[in-house]
Amino acid sequence: MGRVKTIARRSFLIGSAAILGGVAFGTYLVKRDPANPLTADAAAGDAVFNPWVKINADGITLVTPHTDLGQGAASMQAMLIAEELDVDLDQITTTPGVPAAAYYNTALAAEAVPFRSNDDSFAAETMRSTMGAVMKVLGAQVTGGSTSVPDSFDKLRQAGAVARETLKAAAAAETGIEVAKLRTERAAVVLPDGTRLEYTALAARAAQLDPVTDVTLRDPAQWRLIGKQVQRMDVLAKSTGTQTYGIDLKVDGMVHASVRMNPRKGAPMLGFDAAAAEGMRGVSQIIGLPYGVAVIADNTWRAFRALEEIEIDWDKAPYPAEQEEHWAAVAASFTPDRLDKEWRHDGDVDSALANAGETVFEAEYRAPYVAHQPLEPLSAIVKVTEDRVDIWASHQLPRFVQQRVAKKLEMDTDQIHLHNQYAGGSFGHRLEFDNIDVTVDVARELPGTPVKLTFRREEDFVQDYNRQIGMARGRGAHAGGKVTALDLEIATVSASRSQSKRLGAPVPGPDTQIAAGAWNMRYAVPDLRVRAYAVPELAPTSSWRSVGASTAGFFAESFLDELIHAAGADPMEERLRLVNDNDARRVLEAVAEMSNWGSPLGPRKGRGVALVTSFGVPVAEVVEVTDTDDGIRIDRVWLAAEVGKVVDPVTFENVVAGGVIWGLGHAMNSEITYSDGMAEQDNFHMAEGMRMHQCPVIEVRALENNPAIRGIGEPPVPPAAPALANAIFAATGTRLREMPFFNTVSFV
Amino acid sequence: MKLTVNGTSHEVEVEEDMPLLWVLRDELGITGVKYGCGIAQCGACTVHVDGVAVRSCQLAAGDVDGEITTIEGLGTPEALHAVQEAWVEHQVAQCGYCQSGQMMQAASFLELNSAPTDTQIDEAMSGNLCRCGTYPRIRAAVKTAATKLQGA
Repeated sequence: MGRVKTIARRSFLIGSAAILGGVAFGTYLVKRDPANPLTADAAAGDAVFNPWVKINADGITLVTPHTDLGQGAASMQAMLIAEELDVDLDQITTTPGVPAAAYYNTALAAEAVPFRSNDDSFAAETMRSTMGAVMKVLGAQVTGGSTSVPDSFDKLRQAGAVARETLKAAAAAETGIEVAKLRTERAAVVLPDGTRLEYTALAARAAQLDPVTDVTLRDPAQWRLIGKQVQRMDVLAKSTGTQTYGIDLKVDGMVHASVRMNPRKGAPMLGFDAAAAEGMRGVSQIIGLPYGVAVIADNTWRAFRALEEIEIDWDKAPYPAEQEEHWAAVAASFTPDRLDKEWRHDGDVDSALANAGETVFEAEYRAPYVAHQPLEPLSAIVKVTEDRVDIWASHQLPRFVQQRVAKKLEMDTDQIHLHNQYAGGSFGHRLEFDNIDVTVDVARELPGTPVKLTFRREEDFVQDYNRQIGMARGRGAHAGGKVTALDLEIATVSASRSQSKRLGAPVPGPDTQIAAGAWNMRYAVPDLRVRAYAVPELAPTSSWRSVGASTAGFFAESFLDELIHAAGADPMEERLRLVNDNDARRVLEAVAEMSNWGSPLGPRKGRGVALVTSFGVPVAEVVEVTDTDDGIRIDRVWLAAEVGKVVDPVTFENVVAGGVIWGLGHAMNSEITYSDGMAEQDNFHMAEGMRMHQCPVIEVRALENNPAIRGIGEPPVPPAAPALANAIFAATGTRLREMPFFNTVSFV
Repeated sequence: MKLTVNGTSHEVEVEEDMPLLWVLRDELGITGVKYGCGIAQCGACTVHVDGVAVRSCQLAAGDVDGEITTIEGLGTPEALHAVQEAWVEHQVAQCGYCQSGQMMQAASFLELNSAPTDTQIDEAMSGNLCRCGTYPRIRAAVKTAATKLQGA
């Protein structure tokens, strides 16, 4: 199979990466395309045009390697291929495919570099392309960082076009009619006389050809699917209970299992007494593990129940036992030796504040640990045999799963077979490996028997890797009704380092996430500084939907709002005066117009606004609340985001509204606190997020001005919390500086 | 004991106190009903007993005193219930994991109240958690389903 010709811009990026990458990896490695994983098990008559498209006599299969976590990734990827392949979504099947280096993610590099997303300087572009090369060499197949759309947008359309043109070449070879006279439509090549040659019938012939790689992508004006209202491929299954998730799978000969791990996360188990559980109905085996106890049973509930009967002696937590100690460690980290990076310093903040006298305004903010807790609890099915391991689970890092299990079992990576599944949510949870590790540890004790291990919800909660805990200290000044100086110091634990340590791939340099959403604020305050401090690791943390910006965005936009009020200015007008970027200005103007900002509100009502840029997407939100006798009611939210191009408008609106609800709900009522070394919240009654009766009316607008296409899974989250806090201040005069807000005010 | 699920009678040998949820999922292999929290806080396990929504994680198998309907019995991809039709039209699902329970709750609610107000919809559905945040579409779909059922 030949090399797919990439479009001009990507060629340039990879080309320049090759020059730079030559030092670190060897130019050959960067230039070489990874093997097509579809070739390995292709049968005679299978046309595998590239890693994403396989057609044979039985049908058309599109590979959608970005894991579908509920964000609609499978459907979106299929749309991009189908657009150029000229097939409709009812004519194809999709598969997540096998983990493969060919599915490396280049778009992820953009967020990993210490440059603003609107910085197109040579240095920024160079670093991005270098990181892109790193991803390629590592074969980093990653779903995360809101990159599924940007990573797929060119690649998958290209994949579809290559397959289409190759099928036309096959038709030309079959009929003797020149390619220029052929067209394609609904999975067939159409001859000048209207005869349809189905792709499935042409596949055997196409399989004998080298793919036609010199292709031209369609003009957007011709798009049939991209940007159109299309029925999502999984909607029917998800409306009839027929969508199968990892937790639903059944494998022949399978046993059920569950586990209790040390709730003082990361600490070992010292001993256990399972006498009361032995002999319980359905329980076949009780397995001691270094970190806990697993029960094998013939029914999940019987395993759950037996676990409750086991007495276990746990070791102490490897981090401070009490929540107050965690806060103290954060508060003690605003020191020069903990400075991770001074991300931005415009003007001269120290002089400005020294000369500001009495107008210097100070405030301190807090953001707690928060759990991910998608509604499908963690689970996995693992079957270990001498020469092969099969894993059925949903994961955002499929290749890392393979490598990790191979290392654990001292096997080759290609002996580890991950069957990636649709997930019942993730929000970052499925970047971690506990369900994989534990199920492998249990399954290796039962060689040849598939083990399905399901976490109890309580176990899932206490074993979660939470969002980073953090604080911020702001100092600022105003003059003449304008904000003139803003100095923000942010101290959080480094979720990125905690996570990358577990991945066995420590990331050098500063953590780009601690101040993400703050330092890149698109405002021109004359004297502006943002510094990030890294708190030494406490409880382990991980990426939580929108990562650093979920905390830093709250700090920055809350503090700016306070300064604006101190200056006596209008929160929207002053932001519009300060904004220094056209995309950001337009999203602010959009929400001002949508919300009719400035129009009179009734009594006990208030509006708040926030603007946060994360993952390259500037998002502005206006929240409107009423202070009712039963508590704060969130009435309406208006959101505008600059994303370049919306691929799937149905899913876009749904996921964006969901991001708002995620951001608001957790800001309202969710935190994880530690006592005696254990998370105190272990089910949804203690950390529930938003419920239906609390859900505002949400109006979403996508702006498509910027040529860069962006993902939208995470960017709606960060502005939600500060916009809510700012609205509550406007309605009540109460300034909320600590999440979750329900510790201070009531909600309906 | 004998359980009737989606019109089919099953003889199961389980403990009286095994939650119906786990009888359905692990003994009968009916997986449209979901395990979410195990303590009736999320509603993912909602099924009907004689047409009334119950949380199957909290209903002991021995206490079941009627015919059980799961999402698979409400309607099928080929023959959708009005609630499912509305869920498809509004493209409600994101991850979809909670949606079986949401639809079972909505179907039961609409049997009792065929012309609900917005507030009544919110109240009836507030026990069903959706972590993806599809509430605006659930709201719209329940209204559409109500209209469909009134016309039926």
